[in-house]
Amino acid sequence: MSAAISSIEPMTLDALRRKLAERGSKPLWRSLDELAETPEFMEYLHREFPKAASEWQSGTSRRRFLQLMGASLMLAAAQGCTRQESQAIVPYVEAPRDFKPGQVQHFATATSRGGYGLGLMVESHDGRPTKIDGNPRHPYSHGATDVFAQASILNLYDPDRSQTVLNAGRISTWDQWLTELRPALDRVRAARGRGLSLLTGATSSPTLIAQIKDLLQQFPEAKWHIHEPCDLQQHRYGGQTAGQRPLDKLYDLTKAKRILALDADFLGSGPDSLRLTRQYAQRRRDELSSAQMTRLYSAGPAPNCTTAMADHHRPLPAAKVRNVLFRLNQMLSGAEAKWLPSGLAADEQAWVDTVAADLKQHGAESVVIVGDSQPADVHAFARDANRQLGCVGPQGCVRYVASILAAAADGVRPLAELVDDLNGQRVAVLAMLGGNPVYDAPADLDFAAAMKKSSATSIHLSAYDNETSQHCLWHIPALHELESWSDIRALDGTASIMQPLIEPLYGSATKSAHDLLGVLAGEKAPKSAYERVSAHWTQWLKDRQPIANFDVTWATWLQDGVIADSASEAIGADAALKAEPRDEAAPNQDLEKKSPTAKSLEIVFQPDVAVWDGRYANNGWLQELPRPISKLTWGNVAGVAPQLAERLNLQDGDLVTLTLDGRSVEAPVLRMPGHADNCVSVTLGYGRTRAGHVGNGVGFNAYLLRGRENLNSAQGLEIAKTGRKLDLAMTQHHHSLEGHVEWTDNTRPEPVRSGEIADFEKDPHFLQQEFDRHSPPSLLPNFEYSGYAWGMSIDLNSCVGCNACVVACQAENNIPIVGPEQVRNGREMHWLRIDSYYRGDPTSPETFFQPLACQHCEHAPCELVCPVAATTHSPEGLNEMTYNRCVGTRYCSNNCPYKVRRFNFLEYNDATTPVLKLLRNPEVTVRSRGVMEKCTYCVQRISAARIVAKREDRSIHDGEVVTACQAVCPAQAIVFGDLNDPKSAVNQRKASPLNYQLLGELNTLPRTTYMGRLRNPNPDLVALEADRSQAPNATVHPLDPQQLGAG
Amino acid sequence: MDHEPTNQELIDSHREASHTEVSRGAPVLKAGHTFGSVTDQISAIVLSRPTSRGWWLGLAASFVLLMVLNMSIAYLLLRGVGIWGISMPVAWGFAIVNFVWWIGIGHAGTLISAILLLLRQDWRTSINRFAEAMTLLAVACAGLFPLLHMGRPWFFYWLMPYPNTMALWPQFRSPLVWDVFAVSTYASVSLLFWYIGLIPDLGTLRDRATSRAAQVLYGALALGWRGSAMHWHRYRVASLLLAGLCTPLVVSVHTVVSFDFAVAIVPGWHTTIFPPYFVAGAILSGFAMVMTLAIPLRWLYGLQDFITPRHLNNMAKVILCTAMIVGYGYIMEIFLAWYGNNPYDQAVVANRFTGAYREAYWALLFCNIITPQILWFSRVRQSPKLLFLIALIVNVGMWLERFIIVVTSLSQDYIPGNWGMYYPTFWDWATFIGTVGLFFTLFFLFVRFLPMIAIYEMRELVHETSEHHAND
Repeated sequence: MSAAISSIEPMTLDALRRKLAERGSKPLWRSLDELAETPEFMEYLHREFPKAASEWQSGTSRRRFLQLMGASLMLAAAQGCTRQESQAIVPYVEAPRDFKPGQVQHFATATSRGGYGLGLMVESHDGRPTKIDGNPRHPYSHGATDVFAQASILNLYDPDRSQTVLNAGRISTWDQWLTELRPALDRVRAARGRGLSLLTGATSSPTLIAQIKDLLQQFPEAKWHIHEPCDLQQHRYGGQTAGQRPLDKLYDLTKAKRILALDADFLGSGPDSLRLTRQYAQRRRDELSSAQMTRLYSAGPAPNCTTAMADHHRPLPAAKVRNVLFRLNQMLSGAEAKWLPSGLAADEQAWVDTVAADLKQHGAESVVIVGDSQPADVHAFARDANRQLGCVGPQGCVRYVASILAAAADGVRPLAELVDDLNGQRVAVLAMLGGNPVYDAPADLDFAAAMKKSSATSIHLSAYDNETSQHCLWHIPALHELESWSDIRALDGTASIMQPLIEPLYGSATKSAHDLLGVLAGEKAPKSAYERVSAHWTQWLKDRQPIANFDVTWATWLQDGVIADSASEAIGADAALKAEPRDEAAPNQDLEKKSPTAKSLEIVFQPDVAVWDGRYANNGWLQELPRPISKLTWGNVAGVAPQLAERLNLQDGDLVTLTLDGRSVEAPVLRMPGHADNCVSVTLGYGRTRAGHVGNGVGFNAYLLRGRENLNSAQGLEIAKTGRKLDLAMTQHHHSLEGHVEWTDNTRPEPVRSGEIADFEKDPHFLQQEFDRHSPPSLLPNFEYSGYAWGMSIDLNSCVGCNACVVACQAENNIPIVGPEQVRNGREMHWLRIDSYYRGDPTSPETFFQPLACQHCEHAPCELVCPVAATTHSPEGLNEMTYNRCVGTRYCSNNCPYKVRRFNFLEYNDATTPVLKLLRNPEVTVRSRGVMEKCTYCVQRISAARIVAKREDRSIHDGEVVTACQAVCPAQAIVFGDLNDPKSAVNQRKASPLNYQLLGELNTLPRTTYMGRLRNPNPDLVALEADRSQAPNATVHPLDPQQLGAG
Repeated sequence: MDHEPTNQELIDSHREASHTEVSRGAPVLKAGHTFGSVTDQISAIVLSRPTSRGWWLGLAASFVLLMVLNMSIAYLLLRGVGIWGISMPVAWGFAIVNFVWWIGIGHAGTLISAILLLLRQDWRTSINRFAEAMTLLAVACAGLFPLLHMGRPWFFYWLMPYPNTMALWPQFRSPLVWDVFAVSTYASVSLLFWYIGLIPDLGTLRDRATSRAAQVLYGALALGWRGSAMHWHRYRVASLLLAGLCTPLVVSVHTVVSFDFAVAIVPGWHTTIFPPYFVAGAILSGFAMVMTLAIPLRWLYGLQDFITPRHLNNMAKVILCTAMIVGYGYIMEIFLAWYGNNPYDQAVVANRFTGAYREAYWALLFCNIITPQILWFSRVRQSPKLLFLIALIVNVGMWLERFIIVVTSLSQDYIPGNWGMYYPTFWDWATFIGTVGLFFTLFFLFVRFLPMIAIYEMRELVHETSEHHAND
């Protein structure tokens, strides 16, 4: 088999380009293999019955399900053994105020995103939280959340959560810990804290920071270290900016007509992404003229949501961002005489020059955004560029604030110092509040070895008994964010109180960081976290408003989820420049040296969009979440550009050895169109060994390559083929990439309709077809909807493909996960999926997203063919599934042209693990094996609204029913409402000339319609790219044949 | 009127049969048989001849496969249809392929016994009994699959209209409900027809049986048949009525089965040519299966006298004819995709020729269209070995045809984002092979315990052919 693979000549990029050209008007394509469709290639990819296909593949998967869902009897038993608090049971003779059994309640709280706060609104059913949404009052949420917030509810109920205190791996108790810790603490106290080391993650919690500062005051010689593996601005914790707070940037994209994103995924990740996505999408949706529409340029190493939305994306190694900014600043300054060489290739420079001209023309209405992973001096360059553009200031597109995260200015020391101390036996008590440094510390620090060497009494507070717990003497189970009191501040400083939604699931054994710090401080009568948080904020309020009534204000804070007037003050651009000085001379010389070549590749480390730094590795929803664009689940890959893969003769799934500075790991390769050449991107957070039943052994551990000097990117990577292959679990491409035939492609209607703003201005209806405007005549009269007629509109111009809707749907509708084997079989259960398509040259294609759920067709093909009437039309237009009636013929799915139905091929739901029962939404049936299911338009929410409306004797207002996907969407791409209400928001959307029906030619009359995607390309850049493609060898192009030969 | 043929005459007639063009005039029964010799030879297989070792071996092998089926069904009920390779774009796999294939095979028996009876084709007589048995067994195998392929098979009865407290009926617009009626009607009428056809022979067996058990058993089954003129009269009327009932069923069953596909909007399924094309395909596969069974049987049991080259020749012609009709169907699918200018239909055709399952499609064209063309040569039609080989190839080809229709159409339909592949698993194969085991187990029992050739009809044939000879 392997011989057969190696003998196949993969299609060259040039050949691919010819194929694309032959197909005429730019067709959409899904993957490189689809483009290639060479007979030899397909031969090996698509053997009808590939060798491994007929094995007993389902034989093992049952076991895997049990593991995945954590349905282990042992765990259930362990839970049963946990001692519960003895509490008096008092029946509701008089019910508590504001509480009715069965009534849904919502509580505002917040969650931490790398230390920054994100406001949440949590839905609670009879005292158990079931669904997390964004807090509409929170400035960084506006009601939206990211995938992590959606999925963190599963972490709360994760059966793998640590439930007891462990002493060297044996079950112990909190009291025993207190007893045994006392002598060591006494010694530390006697030495004024010498030997006490505290390790935390990034935090902005005012109460926690105050508590630690108190501790440090009590123990002046104690040390506080912070380790946040995926806080990319690691320099915060270094010594060079001690005494000064690092800066955070607050962007305002509502005014930005031109955006240049350099190695920045501002739409897809980061503490600010929800707000920025909302602003970006709003402008993109509302300003439909070439004069007003935002134009997004991006350049960076790996494709992501931002590069996919960009009107022009330029693949660029991370090391070259500095050069681009250097050149950009030169262009903006206009002082041509002093220009130094930028170190860019000619075509790269031409690209930058064209972009610079466009930015300059729009001055203060343009903004440069640089990714957090870039070093401090690059950020200083960006600040220069923004200052030259004039967009810095309270009314401009960028403001600077002092970071609210605890940093060097607060006495925080870097992790490396802790490792030195451990190795030098200078640590007596090591308290780690969260985190997992044994797994995720820079590899060259070798944290595990230091732990082994040290004789310190080590304590690890963690929600999971993980890799680090294993190396510690004591493990204390941590409370989930939804189980304890705390507080947190958002990027702009806005503070929120985090309030518990549920009694600790595992009783008093689980503790918060506040509790542990109380013990370390030697408090005789430990205060509760609630007392600490309220005490802190009482003081805060007293300092500001001495006469305020704290109880009333506190109640308001809790209700709103934000503390009014707690935001930070902005810092001026000049002051900001002083705050982070840069090396003026370095850039251009540095450049030549650092630029990756075919021999010495660049590696880029990124947090994973699903498991982040590894903390969500045991979260099945996130593991099974198809990554934006690649649609990969259950694992990480080494992403490479197609041209690099071609030179190295690599196919998707080929295992390669990545070697950096003598450290190496094995990783599967995935070709990513639009990836920078000579660059490999890897995501962190995989290859966990003690994550839990779900996360163990998934993917490879990229931390093993990451050195302390090169946390975000490094040069000098070597890549070697192992000859082995891995079957990647992807939800979209699978192996079905072939079968596209030229003579049909040009006529097959494209699922994503798109065009350019210029065409839209000529004819706003240019994307529509006849059936989009008038439904065709019918022999039978149409059903008259006298009440509501529900419908949805999805704006493809807004959707950034962030996946939040997919997880929100999963959480709302009790959708099970199925595991990698089932995903490979095409059996993922997501009711809502996001298809992605490419167009154009594989080295930097345009990318399109299309969220697809049940379209609730008026003429639903599925209803006609169900033999038992299990899927029927409701009087409100919904296409409904009656699970109890379904016998599972799957005919409905076959006849669904959108293929949005999902079938329970096996028993996917875990019905046995008790704690997972708490997780489920009681409003939604849990489906059993053999039953078809699909999107219901969140019918339970419609019913809830109807009940309320009926009680108040009125009809449901527009906007009262919000589907789970709509609620979570930061881009507001999804609108749902009553089509019978002419003023409803959904009708406004559907009146747009961009509105179209997917597969409307089948006369299915879908109730979900789409708004076409408009692009706003720069004509100068289009001309430039056209020139380049005509004369490919004129510049040092990544596809230069000589360079190809060298590679 | 009856004379014992001399050896020389026998040899001559044999030579004549094998060396001249086997045409309408060739014998459908080897000359020289009497009522007694026919009855002796056929009933001996059941009553007096020792059970051969080959029969035991065949039954054992089939029984092993039947146990594979049992195991597959048990595991299926335990785990769910997820043990098969079906996935989300391709939600129907082997189960439906096998269903359509078996149902198709089940067409030949009724066609032979009903339509050819009405058309007074005397050559049908010696093959109709086991062809009918084959029909019944194939329908039994086919009937398993729609049940097994359901997600919750224990609720199969929800597809039938029965009074219930929920006041719920099936959804009559669904072709799957039509299937239930079509297949169950076909199965019951075929069973009745087959059983009624057996009654005179059961009477014969009862009379000739020597053991008490056989006498009682065959006696009970013979329902008091005495062979009186009144019996024969009523028997004839009943046969003709049932033949009349069966005739439309031959056409209707596979037409309805084809509606499963034609009614759906899946490109590659949604086409009006399916009903006739499915019926022709069914007759093709049915005759191929009759041939597959007849050739070894006549060899093993020495039935060359009854299943003569004339039979094989005629069946080969039917195969050739229906293969051409099926071929016309394929050509029309391609033509209509082009002529209709529907990009999705065109993509389906292109995908079949060049896509992931192209080997299967090319193989199907070879098996169903190209291979039968050699039946134009009369020498081929007279060679049982070649005919057996061709029949096997056509059986494979017809299975591939259903695989192509079901799987390729589903794997790539409208939206490229949801395309996917179907790979059969071990359990897919086990269930399929298991039904082959079921079929042959029952068939072996049939040839051992019931007369595989209708004795009384052969006696009639003796009468008719001798009259025919007398008139010469």
